[in-house]
Amino acid sequence: MAAALRNVTTYDLKLAAPLALGFVVFFITPLVILLALSFQADPQGSHYGLTQYVNFLGDRFSLGVLGSTLWLGVKVTALTLLLGYPVAWLHQRAPSWAKGTIMLLVLLPLLTSVVVRTFAWVVILGRQGIVNASLAGLGLIDTPLKLLYTESGVVIALAQVQMPLMVLPLITALSRIDPNLADASSVLGSGHWRTFRKVILPLSLPGIVAGCLLTYAAAITAFITQSLIGGGQMLFMPMYIYQQASTLQNWPFAAAISIVFLVAVLVVVSIFNALGRLSRGYTNA
Amino acid sequence: MVSASPSSQASSRAASQAAPRGQTLLLDGITQRYGQSVAVNDVTLDIRGGELVALLGPSGCGKTTLLRIIAGFLAQTKGHVIVGGETVDGLPPNRRSVGIVFQNYALFPHMTVAENVAYGLDARGADRATQRAEAQRMLDLVKLGHLGDRYPRQLSGGQQQRVALARALAVNPSILLLDEPFAALDKNLRLDMQIEVKRIQRLSGITTILVTHDQEEALSMADRVAVLSQGRLEQFSPPTQIYDAPDSLFVNTFVGSANLLGGVLVDFDRGGGRVRLDAGGLIETRAPKGDLLPGARVTVCLRPEHLRVDPGAEGVETLNGVVEMGLPLGATVVHEIRVGDGSAVKVAEPRLERGLLLAPGTPVRLAPVAPRLASVFAAA
Repeated sequence: MAAALRNVTTYDLKLAAPLALGFVVFFITPLVILLALSFQADPQGSHYGLTQYVNFLGDRFSLGVLGSTLWLGVKVTALTLLLGYPVAWLHQRAPSWAKGTIMLLVLLPLLTSVVVRTFAWVVILGRQGIVNASLAGLGLIDTPLKLLYTESGVVIALAQVQMPLMVLPLITALSRIDPNLADASSVLGSGHWRTFRKVILPLSLPGIVAGCLLTYAAAITAFITQSLIGGGQMLFMPMYIYQQASTLQNWPFAAAISIVFLVAVLVVVSIFNALGRLSRGYTNA
Repeated sequence: MVSASPSSQASSRAASQAAPRGQTLLLDGITQRYGQSVAVNDVTLDIRGGELVALLGPSGCGKTTLLRIIAGFLAQTKGHVIVGGETVDGLPPNRRSVGIVFQNYALFPHMTVAENVAYGLDARGADRATQRAEAQRMLDLVKLGHLGDRYPRQLSGGQQQRVALARALAVNPSILLLDEPFAALDKNLRLDMQIEVKRIQRLSGITTILVTHDQEEALSMADRVAVLSQGRLEQFSPPTQIYDAPDSLFVNTFVGSANLLGGVLVDFDRGGGRVRLDAGGLIETRAPKGDLLPGARVTVCLRPEHLRVDPGAEGVETLNGVVEMGLPLGATVVHEIRVGDGSAVKVAEPRLERGLLLAPGTPVRLAPVAPRLASVFAAA
């Protein structure tokens, strides 16, 4: 019996081996090379040291780029949560025929390329775009609003592009909540808002945490959307790294920024994870 | 339950002392339609304050729909819900003052037991100290005073149910609704909890509606039982009357077991009737239900304990048959008898009286243990 169980375990590990190998070759190894590269003092690699990190951390411009990137993620995540929660809630409450339609609409953005979606936003937000044309047509504005190449434009576009990453975990979390709980809360004297605040929201926390984590990670690393909607005026970390590596051929500095960015993201992710663990205690009924 | 007048006096005295809050509940001509289908069809129930009424029926009979209408989750198509003389039709669930114990208890998993019980008080704006004191009082009532700091998942099924009951009662509701509350419990625990719920209901004197598909549960717990079938109220009577004097063939067969025998109504008056059975023999019955004339085709319902087996004594005007099988079931023995028209009749007798089982193939005569026990309905 014990031997049989042991066999099953080793068998399972063998099944994971191909993926593990790929992971080591294509992720761990480049990461180690990246780390090594970041300790080169100059692009030629003549000697090693902390020069690149000192350069980055001592440079207000670089720190500004890091800060605005992390802050962009916060804004996108907040907007996505704000817009996504009602969609997930609607899906939960909808009759079964409508659920399919809502799910399709949520998933639809994933079926088109992110480049296509982003160019759509360029068309929508541009000076002659749909938003400005409509507002001008209604006589609400005289001169076109500047939406494209602004941070607000980037936030809006990113929120739409990453929406499925927020909505799907929320739908999962909400569908796990026993519908009787809302009924119980209601007969005990709670109105809709109190039921939401005291019962639904706390119990959907795992979904909120998971959705925020995915959205945040996707938003701060969204090279294409950030660059196309943001244009040349705004610089975020992915573009900064790209410029240093490709345009300026300063590989060690690019590597050092990457590592700093990675660490910053890991810190944010661990905060989210800690929140997730806290909230999980809630729900395992 | 039927005979003991001193005990009923005692219980009514206890109810009046412990809680003056038993509100009357009148369901007045409730109808609920979903598109073309009718889930509840013109049901009227006049429930006394402090009474425990069971809504009994198979799944899909409309009992859960009725419960949701009383709670305010559903707005009925027609009719009125009147609590303590006041119509509550327009009120949402949170303003109806009902308590519900759900089948799966629906305890809030992210709150402690005490927080669960205090939830309704908090919603009503009670201060912290009152909440804590009242939650403790309710938990003491259900004998869980020491578990207030636990989370629901740390409790057993029976304990979770007690918490659900305490939570429902903490807000001092006018009506307590129990939605199949014992279905998830195993058999021994179920009996304990039934006794416990009955005790607490008596103690608090709260008008209680028990929704169940379990006839034993309905008969043992309720003061009166409302039997529902396909959205219609079939009968609303005390348990013994439901069992002994069913109003319809459905009630007769759904509650307890019954042998159905075809026959022709010979004659009848108010006190009873006589039916000539297709299987042979003339049997004295209760007065037939419905508009029946002598000569009508009828179905006679005989409960297994209404009959006695007389071996080897075939008569002329009697129900004769042959033993197919005998089963000793603890206190009773059950014989299955193949009678004249080919149908099988089950007969249950006390084992001490019957003695040995009858061998298959033994010719027997079936006699009623007393006249006028069988019910008669128009043939289906």
